[in-house]
Amino acid sequence: MEKINTSQSRRSFLKSSVLASGGLMISFSGLAKYTLDDTVSETLPAEQWNELTGYIKITSDNLIQILNPNPEFGQNVMTSLPMIVAEELDVDWKKVIVEMGPHDNTKLGPQFTGGSNSVRMYWKPLREAGAAARQMLRDAAAQTWSVPVEEVTTKAGMLYHEKSGKSGKYGDFASKAAANPIPKGIKLKDVKSFNVVGNSSKNVEGLKIVTGKPLFALDHFYEGMLIAMIEHPPAFGKKLKSFDAAEALKMPGIKDVFALKLYPDGFEQAGFDTRTFNDLLVVVGNTTWEVMNARKKLKATWEPIGETKETIGGFRGKTEVVIPAGLESTSTQLEKMAEYAKKPAQELRKDGDPETAFANAAQILERTYTAPFLAHNCMEPMNFIAHVTDEKALLVGPHQAPGWIEPTLAKILNLSADKIEIQMTRMGGGFGLRAYGHYLVEAALISRKVKAPVKLVYSREDDMTYGIYRPMYTATYRAALDTNKNLIAFHVKGGGIPEHPVHANRFPAGAVDNYLAEGWTIPSNITIGAFRAPRSNFNAAAEQSFLDELAELMGKDPIDLRLELLKRAKENPVGKNNDYDAGRYAGVLTLLKEKSGWNNPENKKYNRGVAAYFCHASYAAHVVDIVTKNGQPYVERVFSAVDCGVVINPDAAINMVQGAVVDGIGNAFYGGLVHKEGVSEQNNFNRYRMIRNREAPQKIDVYFVESEIDPTGLGEPPFPPVFGAVANALYKNTGKRFYNQPFINDLNDKSDKS
Amino acid sequence: MATINLTINGKKQTVDVDPKTPVLWVLREHLRLVGTKYGCGIAQCGACTIHVNGTAVRSCSLPVSAAQNKEITTIEGLSENGEHPVQKAWLEHDVAQCGYCQTGQIMSAAALLKSNPNPTDAQIETAMSGNICRCGTYLRIREAIKEAAGQK
Repeated sequence: MEKINTSQSRRSFLKSSVLASGGLMISFSGLAKYTLDDTVSETLPAEQWNELTGYIKITSDNLIQILNPNPEFGQNVMTSLPMIVAEELDVDWKKVIVEMGPHDNTKLGPQFTGGSNSVRMYWKPLREAGAAARQMLRDAAAQTWSVPVEEVTTKAGMLYHEKSGKSGKYGDFASKAAANPIPKGIKLKDVKSFNVVGNSSKNVEGLKIVTGKPLFALDHFYEGMLIAMIEHPPAFGKKLKSFDAAEALKMPGIKDVFALKLYPDGFEQAGFDTRTFNDLLVVVGNTTWEVMNARKKLKATWEPIGETKETIGGFRGKTEVVIPAGLESTSTQLEKMAEYAKKPAQELRKDGDPETAFANAAQILERTYTAPFLAHNCMEPMNFIAHVTDEKALLVGPHQAPGWIEPTLAKILNLSADKIEIQMTRMGGGFGLRAYGHYLVEAALISRKVKAPVKLVYSREDDMTYGIYRPMYTATYRAALDTNKNLIAFHVKGGGIPEHPVHANRFPAGAVDNYLAEGWTIPSNITIGAFRAPRSNFNAAAEQSFLDELAELMGKDPIDLRLELLKRAKENPVGKNNDYDAGRYAGVLTLLKEKSGWNNPENKKYNRGVAAYFCHASYAAHVVDIVTKNGQPYVERVFSAVDCGVVINPDAAINMVQGAVVDGIGNAFYGGLVHKEGVSEQNNFNRYRMIRNREAPQKIDVYFVESEIDPTGLGEPPFPPVFGAVANALYKNTGKRFYNQPFINDLNDKSDKS
Repeated sequence: MATINLTINGKKQTVDVDPKTPVLWVLREHLRLVGTKYGCGIAQCGACTIHVNGTAVRSCSLPVSAAQNKEITTIEGLSENGEHPVQKAWLEHDVAQCGYCQTGQIMSAAALLKSNPNPTDAQIETAMSGNICRCGTYLRIREAIKEAAGQK
């Protein structure tokens, strides 16, 4: 299909630029604006790129292009990953042209955004790619100059031979270097000598973002492209029974209305093939507004789905999952969770003899926490462009892990993987939801049916009511104290719909002699998926609130209690499988204690809450300072300490932590879906309350632990402990403990239940 | 269908659409001015913010018939290439994460500063609370507005 983007088709622009400027002058609409240096805008045609490694291209005219391999959803990998390459390549970052890479797992690696993995996963390969290219350039210069390669040095995109006084640009040697094989046993730079990594660089797509350039798939148009929308069942547990499209088809601009079955019966799904509804009603037309209007004229009847079985493959092998029938309501789900919490559960970890310790305890603290389903609510609603013919498929749009859905597309479309091209567009958020690929399959099948390029668009309502939510969770925590108020046993029993949240080997496992972790689950037809720090985002709320209450009971400062437990876990750990580093964990708390002025009397005017958590190999802790504003608790400021190893792009990393704090405050106070008879009561932002500008803190001070450890996760780790810190600060502000999210419900409930 | 005459970013445009079509969809799908975003369709998120006669308006809820004979400005018309003080401040503070909401945020901020060149913190927060940023960049949004207002 011919792409007729408003202004952004890079390649067509390149060609037209050559014509317009009559020669070598090319202004690179897509490319030059990624750089901060205007001198890059004059160069030779793209055909002269020499590919040094999969990620790096250099022209003989010394244009240096670095491909970002990984999907960008706001975590800023478009900037941070190429910075890693540039560091080892030894080039002037300001002159680097960054471009989104093609989807090609063979050439560019795993290409998935999730699990706070982008930098962790690409750190070494990208350093090696940069270092290999630099080595190849030095080899080429050494050969050309007939000097020993050891004597060839580099600086900021230049090669030098000091003795002979010879020098040259990388570009001068690029074609010669590209002919050489990629060297083995490359030496990487010492972290201490970094000058790109560790220095703040602006988002390479910043200018395009603030000028509204067509970065997102919804902004793309293709010749002959139609708009498709899906009418999914109005409730979880229902499916399409019949429909009458006569009225809808009479509406202006409407091309077709049809039922679509997504997966064939017995289809073996992969791990991220989650789809909530399999029988869909599709409306196809010329424009989004016309399709939206035609949907209102559809006459569809829906019927209950019986119990269904699904076969799901994936990372942990093949499993059979039974999806129950029924129309579920939040009120009954909460009752059921309370009932299951009392039943025997699966033992996940046991140290010592917790039963005896609890039986002999002088005092037991027991508290139960709950959290609702959460919708991801990415600002860019789900969408994808597909053009599928009998021979091939082109898919363009926002997805966190195209390689995960590609095998499913191949099976469903009966095309080999090499006939499927997926182009990755910038995502307007993801938060885990875009790791699931049902909407690519939907778009592809619709395109094949209507024999045209199709842009599948979810309305906000479609998006919010589709499912794949953060699960509903609960957990009961118990702590046993002896007569001297020493902690002698700890018990967590967590459950959820339809998964439990417990990470059995995380703190405080390892710090308490007698420890028990248990989990249980309740199946549901409301689908769930990864949501920024899955499970952790609940645990850190519950566990960290519990530790606060426990510290109070033990008469200890909440930070000191954690530090004591971590000291024990470091010096004399209980059990063998503790999955956290007690030293790094304590490190963020120690840094936070200092930076927040935890013991400074001047800060007594704030209602302060603290929490810390470990996930995605990183450590994060926050102090949340609440004041009363207009009669309501308001988080006025937050101090954050994070240990994520080497920080690639400090200012962007601060932005990420600040965003996680705001996201955490918002979801802790307001987030949540309520279902009645399978129908969500929230389907748009008028009923689903999102945190807004005036509710965000006045300041969020972020501190990173200085470290030379290889980078660990950043997108998720700062998010979970916000919930706990908010709950603990709210206690100081209101005198009430907050056990149930979202906290706004109990805040608005003036009856005193405590 | 009706012939609708519009003035967008200083340019006269004619479109043949259902007069009830929201300006958002006319901009995006008829005129291919895609910097104005669809986020909620019910004037709750601000992603679709444009200026109508200089005032911030949610284009998803404004029928195109009501926009005739008015000056419409979209992000594409705010400046040629990001030179507007608000856009420059956005870059200076590296505000964006995913970036999807930011054009709407910028249009709200630009309208605020036009009517109130020296807003207080509270005025900034109030004016900007109609624009949701799911990534949570609100603090940088405020800082950028203060920068554009010359307060920093």
